[in-house]
This record gives sequence, C-alpha cells and structure tokens, in this order.
Amino acid sequence: MSDDIENDEYDDEEIDLNALPDDELVEQIQNDLYDGLKEEVVEGTEILLQRKWKPAKILSEALVGGMTIVGIDFRDGILFVPEVLLSANAMKGGMEILKPLLSASDSVSAGKMVIGTVKGDIHDIGKNLVKMMMEGAGFEVIDLGINQSVDDYFAALEEHKPDILGMSALLTTTMPYMKVVIDEMVAKGIRDDYIVLVGGAPLNEEFGEAVGADGYCRDAASTVDIAKQHLALRKAG
Amino acid sequence: MNQPLPPINIIACGALAKELMALKSINHWQNLSISCLPAKYHNTPALIPAAVEKKILQIKANNDAQILVAYGDCGTAGVLDKVLQKYDIERLPGAHCYQFFVGQNAFDNLQEEEIGTFYLTDFLVKQFDSYVWKNLGLDRHPELLNLYFGNYKRLVYLAQTTNDSLTDLAKSCAARMGLKFERIFTGYGDMANSLERFKQNKIPFLSLAS
Repeated sequence: MSDDIENDEYDDEEIDLNALPDDELVEQIQNDLYDGLKEEVVEGTEILLQRKWKPAKILSEALVGGMTIVGIDFRDGILFVPEVLLSANAMKGGMEILKPLLSASDSVSAGKMVIGTVKGDIHDIGKNLVKMMMEGAGFEVIDLGINQSVDDYFAALEEHKPDILGMSALLTTTMPYMKVVIDEMVAKGIRDDYIVLVGGAPLNEEFGEAVGADGYCRDAASTVDIAKQHLALRKAG
Repeated sequence: MNQPLPPINIIACGALAKELMALKSINHWQNLSISCLPAKYHNTPALIPAAVEKKILQIKANNDAQILVAYGDCGTAGVLDKVLQKYDIERLPGAHCYQFFVGQNAFDNLQEEEIGTFYLTDFLVKQFDSYVWKNLGLDRHPELLNLYFGNYKRLVYLAQTTNDSLTDLAKSCAARMGLKFERIFTGYGDMANSLERFKQNKIPFLSLAS
C-alpha cells in the first residue's frame, strides 16, 4: 500500500473535535471554515464556549482568523467566489451562536458603520462579506441593503450617526453613483463628519481617490484594516 | 468598376464571433478580418484590456489597416477605453453586449422596469452551464443559488436569432434560477448598425451611441 493511499484513508477519518486541545481545535475550526464546513464550524465554536472561551476570543482567533486566510487566498487567486461563499456561510453559522453572547457582554464597539449597495445595483455578495468581517472585528454595522439612493444614505447617516459610510457596487454603470453621494455630502457640509469607504469588483484605488472617498477596500478583510486605520487617525487627530 | 473596400480588422469578444461572422456573410463584407479573443474573459474582465492590446500590437505588426474593437466596456471600468485611446481605436457603444444588442434606450427601459433583471444572449444561453452555472459553482453547491441571485426577479433573453430550441433552453435557465422569463428579439441590434455605418462613413462607433 502506498503512502498516498494511507494518507487518503487518514484524511477520510472523522476528527473528534472534542478530543483536540485548544490550539489544535482553533486550527481545525479555521481549516473547516476554509473548507466551508458549516456544521463542523458550529460544533467547534460550541466546544470552545463549553471550555469557557470568551465569545470575542473565539470570534477573532477561530472565525475571523480563518476567514482572513480565505480572504488572502481569494486575493491571490487560490480560492474563487463559490468557495469564499461557502466559507462565509460556515462563518455565519459560528457567528449566529456568538452574536447574542457578544451583545450580552460588555464588549466595547470598535466603531459604527452604515453600509449599502448604490442605486441601480442589486449585487450584495461583497457587501455582505464586508458586513460579516466588520462585525467579526467588533464593529456595529447597519446594513441598508441594495439599490440605495442619496436620500437613503443621508437618512441612515442622520439616524445612526456612524463613524463610517461604506458604499458598494459591482457594475461599472453604477459605481459612478458613489461620487454623486460624496458630492452631495460635500454640498451639505457633512463630508468630513464621516469616513467614506468604497469597494466592489470593478473599482480600484484610483477610482476611490477620484470620487473623493477616504479609502478603497479591495476585499472584506482589508476593509477591516482600512477602517481601523482611519478611525485611529481620527482619534489621534 | 467599384474600387475594392479597404480592409478593416475587427478584434472581438468570442461571445460575438457567431454574430459577426453572420453579419459578414449576410452583408458580403469581405474586407472584414475578424479576430476573436476567448469569450471566457466575460468572467474575468480585468484580463480584457491587456489581451486586446496584445492583439492590437499583433495586428499592427502585420498590417496597417483600420482596427475596430467589438467589445463594450465589459466590466473593465474604463481601462479598455484607456488602451484604445492610446491607439486611437474605437469600440462598440455601451457597457455590455446586452446593451448594444437591444439598444441603449430599450436597455435603460428594461432596467427601469425591473432592476433585478438577468440578461442572456444567444451565446450565453448556449454557454449557460459553463459560463454561469458551473463557473459560479452551482453545479456543486446549488445551495448558493439564493446568495447569487436572491435579488433577481426575471431573466430576459435578448435573442439574436429565432430558434425555438434556444428559447426553450433559455426558459429552462430561468426556471433553474427561479426567475420569471421574457424573450425579446433584438437581432444584431446596434452592433450591426454601428458596423455598417462605420464601414460606409468611417463614423467612430462610440459617436453612434449618442
């Protein structure tokens, strides 16, 4: 029997998550998340809770940690959209358990974000991933949904008073609407009250600068980093 | 005796190959030389500008005839236009092939009518399994369907030809996606008009859009 066959058999063996020490369990959750195995991620999350891990620690080390690896491999062309969606779905399973526990605890919000897909555009996969990663990083996220007009954004800014406004677009025909929103913010004298982040498949750094955004976010994981950097700059300034 | 028409090179998306060949044949445009790039770039628009530029340079190395590009913006976010400006080359009007098949005004009306509209052309109906279903992983993970298309309400098949079996196939695509079905016959639409006018008058493609 060759080594390869032995390895295949080993791979097929079911891993008893309960039997793993904490560090190996976290690694296994990350692997399961990478493979989009929702049930296993949920089980691992529950085990860590039983072991008295704090929800925030499970979220950042196991789930966000795993999803960050997924984000990097997506950026590098190793993973593709379907795999990322399966991973996101697995992460969502874990987050559904943790979310009520997180909001019940005294954890301080990292910041508040209003996010929505711009008018004329109904695509929300990227936006939903950003929402999940931002929530995973401790941000409060108000998701406006798709097809949002200037008035919709302004009403949400007024109501929720966020630190960050996030706008998403998938279409080259709808992404210019981001400039419409930002120009209106300038006209109303409220542009500098918010950090404006933009993202979406056809966008790039140059476009973000051209429309007057504070940052262009190429993926969900980098959105978290960019949001944190801008918030830190604001606090320092 | 008529002078032979000057040669024209067309660099086209492979998704338009059949339609361009049909137009060439119907109209006896023997002076058109059509070079197609892989239609799979439809799913990776960032690769289109460099591929088009490579093709432009290949053609220019062989002849100095006029070049036209049979692409829309096709998700390149203006990068294709920047490449074409470098060489003073025109492309078809609009953002996508859907638009130049149905015409800009009609396309705007369709979008206005239902923002959640998914479009198929003859090519995309035929290639639905590979370009849509398999590419999005729906053959392996049908549970992702709602994540991809949950905001869509209808599928509009913009038909270049009258073909009952293609219409049936398009209907089955709509059913698989859980969308309402509609078929609009466009023929070759603005693509044919643009090509003909350019050939006759050398009017740039883009100026025809306005």
